[in-house]
Amino acid sequence: MIGFVLRRIGVSVLILIAASFVMFNLVAISTDPLEDLRQSSLPNKQQLIQARIQLAHLDVPAPVRWAMWLGGVAKCLIPFANQCDLGVSFHGAPVTELLPTAMGSTVQMVTASLVLAILFGLMTGILSAIRENSGFDSSFTVISLFLFSLPSFLAAAMLKSFVAIGYNNFLQDPVIPIWVSLVIGVVMGVIVQAVVGGDARRRLIAFGINFVLTSGLLIYMSATGWFLTPAIGPVALPIISIAMAVGLVALLAGLHQRRALLTGGIVAVIGIITYFSIQGLLDQATPLLILVLAVVAIVVGLAVGYFVGGDDRKQNMRIGAILAFLISLLILIDRFMQSFPGYMFDTNGRPVATVGSGTPGYDPNNMWRSGLDVFFHLVLPTLSLLAISFAQYTRYSRAGMIEVMGQDYVRTARAKGMPERIVVVRHAFRNVLIPITTLVATDLGALLGGAIITEYIFAIPGMGQLFQASLGPGDIYPVMGYFLVIAVMAITFNFLADLSYAALDPRVRVR
Amino acid sequence: MTDSLPSLVDEVVTEKPVSQGRLVLRRFLRQRAGLIALIVLVLVLILAVSSIGVGPIKGWWPYNYYTPSPKIVNNGAPTLQWWPFSLGQHPFGQDRIGRDYFAMVMRGIQNSFVAMILITTFAVVTGVVVGAIAGYYRGWVDSVLMRITDVFIVIPAIVIAAVVGNWAGAIGVWVLGIMLGFFSWMVIARLTRGEFLSLREREFVEAARVAGASDARIIFKHILPNATGVIIVSGSLLAASAILLEAAISLLGYGIRSPDVSLGLLIGANQSAFTVRPWLFWWPALFIVTLALSVNIFGDVLRQAFDPRSRRFSTRRVKDGPDQQPEDVGGGAATEATFGGI
Repeated sequence: MIGFVLRRIGVSVLILIAASFVMFNLVAISTDPLEDLRQSSLPNKQQLIQARIQLAHLDVPAPVRWAMWLGGVAKCLIPFANQCDLGVSFHGAPVTELLPTAMGSTVQMVTASLVLAILFGLMTGILSAIRENSGFDSSFTVISLFLFSLPSFLAAAMLKSFVAIGYNNFLQDPVIPIWVSLVIGVVMGVIVQAVVGGDARRRLIAFGINFVLTSGLLIYMSATGWFLTPAIGPVALPIISIAMAVGLVALLAGLHQRRALLTGGIVAVIGIITYFSIQGLLDQATPLLILVLAVVAIVVGLAVGYFVGGDDRKQNMRIGAILAFLISLLILIDRFMQSFPGYMFDTNGRPVATVGSGTPGYDPNNMWRSGLDVFFHLVLPTLSLLAISFAQYTRYSRAGMIEVMGQDYVRTARAKGMPERIVVVRHAFRNVLIPITTLVATDLGALLGGAIITEYIFAIPGMGQLFQASLGPGDIYPVMGYFLVIAVMAITFNFLADLSYAALDPRVRVR
Repeated sequence: MTDSLPSLVDEVVTEKPVSQGRLVLRRFLRQRAGLIALIVLVLVLILAVSSIGVGPIKGWWPYNYYTPSPKIVNNGAPTLQWWPFSLGQHPFGQDRIGRDYFAMVMRGIQNSFVAMILITTFAVVTGVVVGAIAGYYRGWVDSVLMRITDVFIVIPAIVIAAVVGNWAGAIGVWVLGIMLGFFSWMVIARLTRGEFLSLREREFVEAARVAGASDARIIFKHILPNATGVIIVSGSLLAASAILLEAAISLLGYGIRSPDVSLGLLIGANQSAFTVRPWLFWWPALFIVTLALSVNIFGDVLRQAFDPRSRRFSTRRVKDGPDQQPEDVGGGAATEATFGGI
C-alpha cells in the first residue's frame, strides 16, 4: 500500500514536470509578450521594453526560463520556509500573491457545482434507470442531451439575462398569478407521478397530492409575501424535519424497522428543540462556530443511533448522522433566510448580482449578510457550471445502474425476496458508485476549465479570469501559476479516485 | 468518423449476410432520432454552404459577411417574417456597423463545420495511431506513449486550446482546427489502446501472425476493423464537443478572430447587447445548439447501435425472461470522449 502511494506520487510529480514543460513552451511560442509595448506610442517605449525583458527574463530562451521557474516552484516544497517563487506578473505582482485571492471564488464555485452535480446527477440517473424507458427516463435523456449540447457560455449568458434580471424584477412586486401557480403544480405533479410509476390509480394519487401541495404552497407564499421575507419558520421546519426522518428511514432501513424509526424520531425532536433554543446564539455566529455546531450535530446523530442500537447499529448511526446533518442544514438555511430582508435593503432591492464575486466595499460585519452576498453573486455561475456536469453524471449513473441491475447478484437478491428498495439501495447503488469515482476526477478538470468561461461571462475575478487575462498579453508566470494549481488538483483527485476505487471495490487491489 | 460512414453504406449495397456494418446501420435506422439529427445536420450544412458560397464561389445570398453597409434597414432588426413567409432584406438583422447578420451566421456555421471536421479527423487519426502502436507492441513503447498521453491529459482541454489558439487562431480556421486536433487525441488513444490490448490476444490475430502477416497488416487489416465501433462512437461524441470547444475559445478571443466570423465570437461580442438587440445573440445561439445537439444525438444513437447490450435487456425484461443475459461487461458510457465543461 505505502509502496503504491509512493510510486504514484513519484510518477505524478514526473508527469507534472513534463506537463509544465509542454505548457511553458507552448505559451512562450504562442504569445508575444512585447506586442502591446511595441505598438504603444509612449515616449519611453524602449525603456519599458527593456524593463519588461528584465522583469520576465525574456532574453533567456524559453526552456531555460522554464528551468528557472521550476527552481522557484521547487522552493515551495521546503516546509515553513515561505520561499515560494512562482515569478511575477507584468505589473510586478508576485504570482504567489495573485493566486490565493483568485482561488477563493473559483474554489467555492467549483466545489458547490461538483457536489450538487453529483447529488442531483446520481439521483436522476438512478431514477431514470429504475424507470427505464418510461416517460421520466426519456424526458431526462433528452434534457441531459440538451444540457450536454448547451455551451456553458450560452447557459451563463441566458441565466444572467433571464434569471438574474427576471428575479430582481419579480421581487419588485412578488406576486405569482394564480394560474402560474396552478401550471407549476401540474408540472410538478406530472414529474412526480412519472417517478412514482405503477398503475393508473397510484399515479393519479401521486399527481393529485403533489399538485395540491405545490400550487397551494405557491399561492400561500405569494399571498403572504414570502419572497420578500423568506423563512422556513417554526411551523414548516418541524414538519419538514419529521418528513425527512420518515423518508430517510424508509429509504435506508424500511419503515417496519422500529429502532431505525426511533432513531429518526429522537434526532428529529432534538433538532426541532435545538432550532428554537439556538436562535440567539446564531445571531452572533462566526463560520468557526457553525463548523463546530455541524460537527456536534453529526456526533449527536451518531450517538443517538449508537444508543438506540438494535440488530443493525451501524445503520441506525448512519441514519442519525445523516438526519442530524440535514436538519442542521435546514436550520442554517432558515437563519440565512431571516437575513434576506436586510440584505435586500442593502442592495436596493436587486439582490441577484450579474457581475463580480461580491458587492464592492460591502462589509456588513455580519456573517449572514456577507454569506448572502457571496451566495447571490455565485449562485448563477455555479448553476451554469452545474448544467454540464449534471448531464454527465445523469448519463453515467443511468448507464451504470442499468448495467448493474441486469447482473446476476441483483437477480439473486430479488430471488431471495429482498424488497426492491434494498436491492436498489444496498446492492445496486453501491456498485454504481465505483465508476462514478473515476468520473469525479476527470470532471473536476473539466469544471476548472469551464470556470474560465463562466468567470469571463460573469466577470468574476477568479483563477479562470487570471488565466484568460494573462494569456492574451503573454504574461507567462500567472498562466503557469494557474496551470500549476489546476494540474496539482487534477492529479490529486485522480489519485484519490484510484484509492477510493480500491476502497469501494474489493476486487481491485492496489499494488 | 467521416471516412467510415460510406464504408457502412457500401457493405449494405454488397449485401453481406450479417456483417456488423449492416447490423449497425439497421439498428441506427430503427432509431428515428438519429436519422432526424443527421438530416438536420445536412440541411444546415447545405444552407450555410449554398447561401454565401465557399471561397471564390458565390452563393445565392447577395450579401457577404465582411462588408459593412451604411444603410441600416429596419433599425437593424430582423426582417424575417414567418407568416406570410418572406426573408426581407436582412432576415437576421444587421450588426452595429451594418453587416448582414444572416451572412455572418452562415459563415460562423461553415467555420464550426470546418473546425469540427478538422479537430475530429486529426484527433482520431493521431489517437488511433498512438493507441494502436501502444496497444499492439506493449512493453516499453506502450509505457512511453501512455506516459506522454498522461502528460497531455493533465492540461484541461480548454486551457491547451486557448494557448494553441492564441497563435493558430490568428492564421485562420484551418490551421486552428488542425492544431486543436493534434492536442485532442488523448482520450481516443486510451480507448484504442484498450481495444488493441484485448484484441491482439485473440485467435484470429494469432492465425494471421502464423500465416506470416506483417505487423502493419495485422494492425490495419485484422485488428483495426474490429475496433472501429469504439473509435467511431467516441469520434462522433468528440465532434460535438469540438464544435463547443472552437466556439468557447473564439468567445474568449483566442480562436477565430474578426473579421472572420465564428458562432462563439458572435455570442461573446453580443452577450452584453442582449436587452437592446437580442437577435444578435439568439441566431448564433440557436444554430450552435442545433449543431451540437444534432451531433450529440447522432453520436448517442450510433453508440446504441454499436452497443450489443443496449436493447438486450431492461429491468422489466430481466424480470420477465431471465435467460437474456448481457454478454460482455464493460462501461457502456465509458466510450464517450468529450472535452466536457465547455
